[in-house]
Amino acid sequence: MLKMSPVTNSVAASEWNRAAESSPADTDSEPVCDWRKFGSLCSRDEKERAAALGVLSGTVLAFLDRVAPARAENGAVKDGTPQWERESPGGGGIDKAMLLLLLRLSRNCPFRDISEKTSQLLQTAQERGVQIPQALGQGPSFFIPVEEMVEEGVVQPILREAFVSLGRLDHVTMVMGLHTEYLACFLRTQHSLLRLDGPLPYPWRHFIAIMAVARHQCSYLVQLHTAEFLQVGGDPQWLGGLSCAPQKLRNLNELNKLLAHRPWLITKEHIEVLLKPGGEGCWSLAELIHAVVLLTHYHSLSSFVFGCGVNPEPDHEGGHAFRPPSPCPTDSPRGEGGGSVPRAEALCEALMTVPSPQAEALYDSKRLPLASVSRFVEDPDFGYEDFTRRGEQTPPTFRAQDYSWEDHGYSLMNRLYPDVGQLLDEKFQTVYNLTYNTMAMHSGVDTKMLRKAVWNYIHCVFGIRFDDYDYGDVNHLLERSLKVYIKTVACYPEKTSYSMYHAFWRHFRHSEKVHVNLLLLEARMQAALLYALRAITRYMT
Amino acid sequence: MEKMARVTTALGSNTISGCTMFCHLDAPANAISVCRDAAQVVVAGRNIFKIYALEEEQFVEKLNLRVGRKPSLNFSCADVMWHQMDENLLATAATNGAVVTWNLGKPSRNKQDQLFTEHKRTVNKVCFHPTEVHMLLSGSQDGYMKCFDLRKKESVSTFSGQSESVRDVQFSIRDYFTFAASFENGNVQLWDIRRPDRYERMFTAHNGPVFCCDWHPEDRGWLATGGRDKMVKVWDITTNRAKEIHCVQTIASVARVKWRPERKYHLATCSMMVDHNIYVWDVRRPFIPFATFEEHKDVTTGIVWRHLHDPGFLLSGSKDSTLYQHKFKDASRPVDKANPEGLCFGLFGDLAFAAKESLISGGGDSNRKPYGSGGDRRYPIFFFKKPDLTEQFAHESSALSVFETDLESSRMDWFVKTARRYLLSGKPFGELCDHNAKVAKELNRPQVSTTWTMLRVMYSDPGNLATATSISKGGSIPLMNSFNMKEIAAGGLGSESRLDRGKGEIWQDTIHLDPGNSLINNNDENEETEGSEGPADYLFGDAELEDDNLYPMEHENPTAEEAEYSLPQEAFPLRHEIVDNPSVPEHLQDKVDSPHVSGNEAEAVCLTPIKSFSLISISQPLYESHLPASFFSPVVREMLQHYAEAGDVQMAVSVLIVLGDRIRKEEHWYTSYIDLLQRFELWNVSNEVIKLSTSSAINCLNQTSTTLHINCSNCKRPMSNKGWICDRCHQCASICAVCHHVVKGLFVWCQGCSHGGHLEHIMNWLKSSSHCPAGCGHLCEYT
Repeated sequence: MLKMSPVTNSVAASEWNRAAESSPADTDSEPVCDWRKFGSLCSRDEKERAAALGVLSGTVLAFLDRVAPARAENGAVKDGTPQWERESPGGGGIDKAMLLLLLRLSRNCPFRDISEKTSQLLQTAQERGVQIPQALGQGPSFFIPVEEMVEEGVVQPILREAFVSLGRLDHVTMVMGLHTEYLACFLRTQHSLLRLDGPLPYPWRHFIAIMAVARHQCSYLVQLHTAEFLQVGGDPQWLGGLSCAPQKLRNLNELNKLLAHRPWLITKEHIEVLLKPGGEGCWSLAELIHAVVLLTHYHSLSSFVFGCGVNPEPDHEGGHAFRPPSPCPTDSPRGEGGGSVPRAEALCEALMTVPSPQAEALYDSKRLPLASVSRFVEDPDFGYEDFTRRGEQTPPTFRAQDYSWEDHGYSLMNRLYPDVGQLLDEKFQTVYNLTYNTMAMHSGVDTKMLRKAVWNYIHCVFGIRFDDYDYGDVNHLLERSLKVYIKTVACYPEKTSYSMYHAFWRHFRHSEKVHVNLLLLEARMQAALLYALRAITRYMT
Repeated sequence: MEKMARVTTALGSNTISGCTMFCHLDAPANAISVCRDAAQVVVAGRNIFKIYALEEEQFVEKLNLRVGRKPSLNFSCADVMWHQMDENLLATAATNGAVVTWNLGKPSRNKQDQLFTEHKRTVNKVCFHPTEVHMLLSGSQDGYMKCFDLRKKESVSTFSGQSESVRDVQFSIRDYFTFAASFENGNVQLWDIRRPDRYERMFTAHNGPVFCCDWHPEDRGWLATGGRDKMVKVWDITTNRAKEIHCVQTIASVARVKWRPERKYHLATCSMMVDHNIYVWDVRRPFIPFATFEEHKDVTTGIVWRHLHDPGFLLSGSKDSTLYQHKFKDASRPVDKANPEGLCFGLFGDLAFAAKESLISGGGDSNRKPYGSGGDRRYPIFFFKKPDLTEQFAHESSALSVFETDLESSRMDWFVKTARRYLLSGKPFGELCDHNAKVAKELNRPQVSTTWTMLRVMYSDPGNLATATSISKGGSIPLMNSFNMKEIAAGGLGSESRLDRGKGEIWQDTIHLDPGNSLINNNDENEETEGSEGPADYLFGDAELEDDNLYPMEHENPTAEEAEYSLPQEAFPLRHEIVDNPSVPEHLQDKVDSPHVSGNEAEAVCLTPIKSFSLISISQPLYESHLPASFFSPVVREMLQHYAEAGDVQMAVSVLIVLGDRIRKEEHWYTSYIDLLQRFELWNVSNEVIKLSTSSAINCLNQTSTTLHINCSNCKRPMSNKGWICDRCHQCASICAVCHHVVKGLFVWCQGCSHGGHLEHIMNWLKSSSHCPAGCGHLCEYT
């Protein structure tokens, strides 16, 4: 079984923080909302959940009593903006944030009691004339039809565990839930990186995560970790961008850039600069290792997010709209800003089954870099370049035999950051050996060759070569469209498109495509990690 | 070449001579191997494959085997071995999976003899049979070992390890047919070369990959293994189960291990990463290396003793592109630099400290009295290890000092009592606070008590606070504060001068010092008070350490300042200037209707107990009702932080729980408090705490390891399915052994014989009889 260790937070806390962020003025005046009472929503005990739900619905109803009548007097909505949002009356702590919390719980909660109750509450709110948010997109992934995802009735225990310990069941976890064996490892590692003892302070960890994912313009993870950053007590000013962060974190930017796009350029000098004592923002070796693992983890996780087309969370920007669910066409031109979104939602549904240029355009349009993301990036033009380019001096190939994870990487990691070394080792092994012996409609197949080809191809893309592997196999086993997809997701994930995902392995199951993505994630992470660790080793010798 | 073959082959160790020397290679080495006559060494690596002659004072390059303009990957060697029977025969393991043999007797420039490309992955190791000329063994990343007869074109047998990669293979030196193989998953397998179908034995030697193994040159049953888990283990495999007889813990993963010739207990190791030194260990003394060679600048990749019978010379190749010959005499001996010292805490807080005699007596401090020379308690126990002539370790005699703690001062009674008596839930907030304040007061913990009272004042609904509370405490008796004990112990050790004082004195002494320091450090604003308090220090005892908790809280909490300020009432007049603390912001002061603690009131109360030093008197709510309770949150949070940092998590967590949603949580306090409670076997309290914590992660602690494994009382087999029917004997497993009815509800059973029954029945039965009621003859025990 998955062993979940203690976690520091609860959903409600994040909700509150978000509320506080949006209206910092009323944090003190109001007996600050009731977010703490909802903490026990993520309890295994049915009774406790019921109690927490009781409190929650009480709060919501009280809120509705206050707001809805007032609205009736004032004459409904103007400009589609909920009135209370602008005027911010007494119940400032619970308005939008509260509704979004309800929406999220109603959509993505592995406990049926909670999801039913919350959707009921939302409905009540709607009946009272409050505009309630609608989730956009179906299910956790844009690429994978909802039916392919785990049936909600038979929610696996591991997803419940994830919900209980994280306070939310995010889409990434749900998609990974297709491979529970791996998910367990993944969550353990991520939990250890973010929430257990480590050299870096908690807010820093999330900020580093934000820096990492911002390199790939992954707004999904930026939002997720922005919320967590605030929740663990991070300074909201830092969120103004990289320039607002302490010098020490800014120093990490160069390494972040290289790790994200061209890890082979990392040299011992880069490490030296960071570790140089005396100067402002000097890193210790232990901190640096922690940061490097976080960076590589999040670079490759953004690959996964794009590779699987993970949808924004219902409570994230772009994940919901305060609009009636199926608007009549006459309605939309009037609405500004989010006006096109509900239509998009309808489109989504219609186009979910058949890939078409429109759907793709729709998907791609969502991926435009947001200002909220780009402010964490410096030198945005720096991107992946082919490792070996014709007519140029090629950097020496990284020989897997000379610096392997098993022998060297692990040993170094284990010395500097012991627990995580072990966890990463387990995770790499799990993903490398993960197989169901199935391939499309065939079963009882040994997929080792295929998995190895994918793994080695990714390493090859990053310039790591195995002496004992015949790279002819890669061409032999991986069709062109798959190679295009793999390379895109591994090197410039933000360019992944709907059609790319659909183009390869047409007859394969979605879970198998997710499997490829897992291989991608881990192979990419290991490759970058190896370069970084090699540089650190060289620095140390 | 002919000359090479004719170098002396005598085995007498006197023929080997030389000095510590090195030469630069062109590229990093992966492995080295030495010729039988110890006159030549071969170095192999990704970009190097050379033979060097070992001369008196230098290495001389004899031959470069890496020929051709663009050498193929077959030349990229992971391992190399020189045949111990035939000077002309070499084998290499290539990173691309090829096994290559080389014949130095060939006239052409390219000495490559045979090429076996049967392995699919990198070959990690090649090994010649020690006595058989044509037998070669290889172990590869693909999980297979292959045995080659060099007279044939392909392998004669393939051994499948049924697992991940093979990291090392070694023929036994004594047993003709046996070889050992070590694996990436931590196993070691022993094979009979004649039986390729199945290994003879297998055991798990390490956690994580076993990088290397080496047979003892003389003792046929000994095998040394080294792994990524930083251990070197010596196994005795003559017994039925491989038995670990020695274990050496190194500081980095072990890449190579080689027994030292002619020295039964010595072996040399080098590491895979990070550490560049070569260590020679005496396996009986696993803590400090016997000898160290520190010449290399990068990790050492290959080590080999120069001659089979000469312990004096070690050759090593490294990633730093050098080849070294180390003369054993030049090795550094870490033992010489070490100061043998030992420090250990006893079960009851005693501290034993052993140090080299010379160190202890050499100090100039007159206070020092080693126990041997007339302390108040003697330890007439002396251990003399019988000198073993084969051991080359110097003998040290040490003086042992034992410091006893005053049992009273280290008792955790107060902790247990407090834990038991605190109320954490079930009553209104105010009552809980009052109750806990009372408990703390009765246990002579005035600060804690005061804190509770203040919390009550801060967070209670002002309307409810009709009755005035006035509390005064006698704080004269030193508290048994064991959390402070740790600090004290640390302090005591740090300042050596106090180390050797008699029992109890240490604590006393440090106590005098610490409170003073901490008070002065913490209370800049209250220095005048400190001055006057100085002479009366002893009155506070340990409690003083906690006393400073009050101060930071006070000046961070300006509104409550005047009311809660508690002054030491040590027979000097109340100092009013402290009340007019300049740090109190004016506007806040204005908000407060009336300052409540008038000098009169305070003095009136303190008249009775002359030594009481803390007082709180509240006759009215401290703030106007418009001041919300959350106003105090930052202060309280800091106060809790302070308690927790001072080591009193009990206080911090209890307050957190009682405050409930009035304050944000700190999770790790919970975990440490729960941990403490469980150590004191306060299971009920710890469960209550777990249950009351609102944090989901703590709550779920209750749900871990809730599985009970039970045996069926009939067939004594484990019950595998749920429910009460055993699926093996189809009997109900929960029959009461006394009344023979099915037990529903509380069921108690003996873990020894699996019999049990109704709790009451069993209790009664065992009162009169000590045997199992089922008649199985087991002596059950009910505790």
